[in-house]
Amino acid sequence: MVLGNYKTAVSARAADPEILKYSQDGGIVTQLFAYALEEGIIDGAIVAGPGDEPWKPEPVVATTKEELLAARGTRYTISPNMMLIKEATRSYGLDKVGIVGTPCQMQAVRKAQLYPMAMRKVPDKIALAIGIFCMENFPYQGLETIVEDHCKTKMESAVKMDIGKGKFSVYTERGALSQIPLAATHKYEQPGCHVCLDYVANLADVSTGSVGSPDGWSTVFVRTKKGEDVWTKAINAGYFETKDIADVKPGLDLVTKLATGKIDKNKKTLEERATMGVGKGLRNPYI
Amino acid sequence: MGLLSRLKEIFTGEDKESGKKPVKIPVVDQEKSGPVKPVEETVEKPMVKPADVKTEQKLDGEIKEEKPVVNKITVGHVHMSGCTGCLVSLADNYEGLFKILDDYADLVYCLTLADVRHIPEMDVALVEGSVCLQDECSVREIKETREKAKVVVALGGCAAYGNITRFCRGGQWNQPQHESFVPIGDLIDVDLYIPSCPPGAEAIRNVCVMAYLLLQGTDEQKELAAAYLKPLMDLAKKGTEACGCDLMVDVINQGLCMGCGTCAASCPVRAITIEYGRPNIDREMCIKCGACYAQCPRSFFNFDVMNQFEGIIEAIDGAMGKGGE
Repeated sequence: MVLGNYKTAVSARAADPEILKYSQDGGIVTQLFAYALEEGIIDGAIVAGPGDEPWKPEPVVATTKEELLAARGTRYTISPNMMLIKEATRSYGLDKVGIVGTPCQMQAVRKAQLYPMAMRKVPDKIALAIGIFCMENFPYQGLETIVEDHCKTKMESAVKMDIGKGKFSVYTERGALSQIPLAATHKYEQPGCHVCLDYVANLADVSTGSVGSPDGWSTVFVRTKKGEDVWTKAINAGYFETKDIADVKPGLDLVTKLATGKIDKNKKTLEERATMGVGKGLRNPYI
Repeated sequence: MGLLSRLKEIFTGEDKESGKKPVKIPVVDQEKSGPVKPVEETVEKPMVKPADVKTEQKLDGEIKEEKPVVNKITVGHVHMSGCTGCLVSLADNYEGLFKILDDYADLVYCLTLADVRHIPEMDVALVEGSVCLQDECSVREIKETREKAKVVVALGGCAAYGNITRFCRGGQWNQPQHESFVPIGDLIDVDLYIPSCPPGAEAIRNVCVMAYLLLQGTDEQKELAAAYLKPLMDLAKKGTEACGCDLMVDVINQGLCMGCGTCAASCPVRAITIEYGRPNIDREMCIKCGACYAQCPRSFFNFDVMNQFEGIIEAIDGAMGKGGE
């Protein structure tokens, strides 16, 4: 149950070279939304688009492939995508909304569907929720400190950031690569991430992330009927290249290991919170 | 009951009082009542005899007995000082409201929809609006509601937290002394809150379906419904005050916020923006409806229920007659 409920797990990458060019790994999110947009499965998708400052994402409603392409790639800082969930059905008038988000944002989506107290006309309009693997997130200023102070790289000259193999890496436009051990970034994580028990976006329709697959590929979990429907259609239409997850190198064992690690670590945090003071503790959000 | 079938008649256009209806009946019933009916086809007859109305009511009674009315729960809508927005929200379930009234609940009291003057005994009372302390009638009615209802639900921000009525200061024509409006929880024990201004139509629907399952379902359904309703019951125990500040006190200050943006989306008056990845509340604009806190995934999150989201949504859709696509 560490990896949540899923119907299928595969290693995949987008078939469109244009998407792969600047995508983080396999370009799954961009390609799947592009397909869903083309087929009318969604009218638009809430994605982390480019913001005012370099590497600071801003949630946007993308209704064209161009807007999706502008938003591709991972930025390791907060994009409050849920902010637009109601707006997408109002100002943008979407009937079928796609949304991408971290595991906590998928939790928010599902809560909004089951307890839609202030989410009028939202529950039945979520057409496709894509979750991304997430160990933790940084506040923007935290990311800035990591990149500028630790990696000695200007935010605006970075072209790609990556977390993998125990390292935080920044690639610059002139081809330089700056790496620091991941351990050095832990103190800049946002505290709210330390009570999260979900690594692989258990509540998404489709969840994806690089872990478990070779470089340039992504691991994909198809979790719900909706997700399965869209994924199967996209595969049949030739939008993705796939490999059997059992045949690829790190495979699901590594995903399981990381997911278990996150749950264990954060359960410990929750336990510590319960007795943090003298005879007093902090709140457990899971009741 | 009578009201429901009447509403259905109006909405499906089968108005039996009109002269057109008798034309249709003879065609269907030709085998049984043979040549007698076609005589009624003349337009003049219904105009002459208002007795037709009585015939209709007899039909109504027969339909009622055929239905499994026994299993329905009784629900009342009690209107305190509110804007009727919550009732409109309930009505915004459209055909879903008919489904609820058809299969799950009888509306036994509702100032705008049922012709009943005194609060009757009922299973569930949905209370909208806050109580005006200077209005004897309101104070009496809320106490009476508590005595006569098995479950009291604070429907919407006013009943739960005071909402916009918190800002009243009297001086209104023609009751200038009406100045103190308190959430119902300040005067009576409330079992369950549905916060926000107004609560989403779907939220009310879900609570109705779950309340029905809790009272009439199988053991498994009862368990699920209890798990679903528990956080809303916990909200009722938590207190009668809410404000955007709850996000600061109970989520950010507790080190729980992860900046998902749900609070900004849920605020009905757009008092919340996201600054530095955290909610920023314009407290001048906050109306104290409790929506942001209730909707925050870090205020409560029950894995028992939310991990089964797909099945539950399907079950609710099924219960509301949308299943089997």
